[in-house]
Amino acid sequence: MAARLYLIVVAALLGSLLLASPNAYAIAPEQMPTPQLEARYLALIHGFRCMQCQDESLADSPVDLAADMRRQIRDMLLAGQTDRQIRDFMVSRYGYFILFKPPFVWKTAWLWLTPGVLLLIGVIAALRVIRQRSALVATDPDDNDLTDA
Amino acid sequence: MSRYRFTVPLVLFALLVVVLAIGIEQSPDKDLIPSPLIGKPAPAFSLPSLTDPGRRVSSTQLRGHWYLFNVWGTWCGSCRLEHSMLLRIKDTGIIPLVGLDWKDDRGDALSFLKEQGDPYATIAVDQDGSEAIMWGVYGAPETFLVNPQGIVVYKFIGPITEQAWEDQILPHLPVGQTPAAASSS
Repeated sequence: MAARLYLIVVAALLGSLLLASPNAYAIAPEQMPTPQLEARYLALIHGFRCMQCQDESLADSPVDLAADMRRQIRDMLLAGQTDRQIRDFMVSRYGYFILFKPPFVWKTAWLWLTPGVLLLIGVIAALRVIRQRSALVATDPDDNDLTDA
Repeated sequence: MSRYRFTVPLVLFALLVVVLAIGIEQSPDKDLIPSPLIGKPAPAFSLPSLTDPGRRVSSTQLRGHWYLFNVWGTWCGSCRLEHSMLLRIKDTGIIPLVGLDWKDDRGDALSFLKEQGDPYATIAVDQDGSEAIMWGVYGAPETFLVNPQGIVVYKFIGPITEQAWEDQILPHLPVGQTPAAASSS
């Protein structure tokens, strides 16, 4: 009887543990008072680079500095700062390197524009080739006959 | 047109090689991230002193002097490596060192300085790590050179070596602030 009761208690404890943590986090997230703030907080910490590990976001990094920076972001959110203000603050201390998504400024313009320019060059080149080929086919019926034969 | 059939892609390829080569050559060391604070006012702060917790160390007290703002902690191995160099810098009398004891244990910090010598003119305590974020610190030791107007002139990341002191920090100081001038005053 005692053993059965013990089992029930253990099962209940395990069950409550499962219910209490619907999301699995590597790092316990700091609690935010409202779901809106929580969403903004999560979006922000996923957008910043951990300066010590560099390829991890603040959200994923287990190092002390990342925890301090998450706390800083949480404090700024609770103080009513906008996402823009928090991002500007981080950039003013750590530079653009801290942003996973580089902003569109004159320094990074080439980064954003190059793919478009390359695509344009490709499209123009492809159009020219297509036009040449079709001109070739239209003006050279013999050639056309040969391929048909 | 057919004449360019091979030359155009070749030239484009060569151009790409040049661009990528420049990119690799110019790519900064990922461990040394340039500070956006350089040329900007150093963060204003007012923090408790390590040696005298009742007293505060503030940025306004430091106005009017050149100083080296050195972020350290006893938990930081590279800071221990750097320590003897900091003592030598102190001995030159060229520029005072202002310490920021970053997320450290006060007892550890005090006994470390008692054993190894204290190179600092004054030491501020950053108990929770929020001051280090203000300075964009991401790993100790980091050292900021601040001018009398309170502007960050230079940042050195990692332990200061004899060579770094002579080649990278001293050249940023005004000509009058030489060892000779300091020792004669």
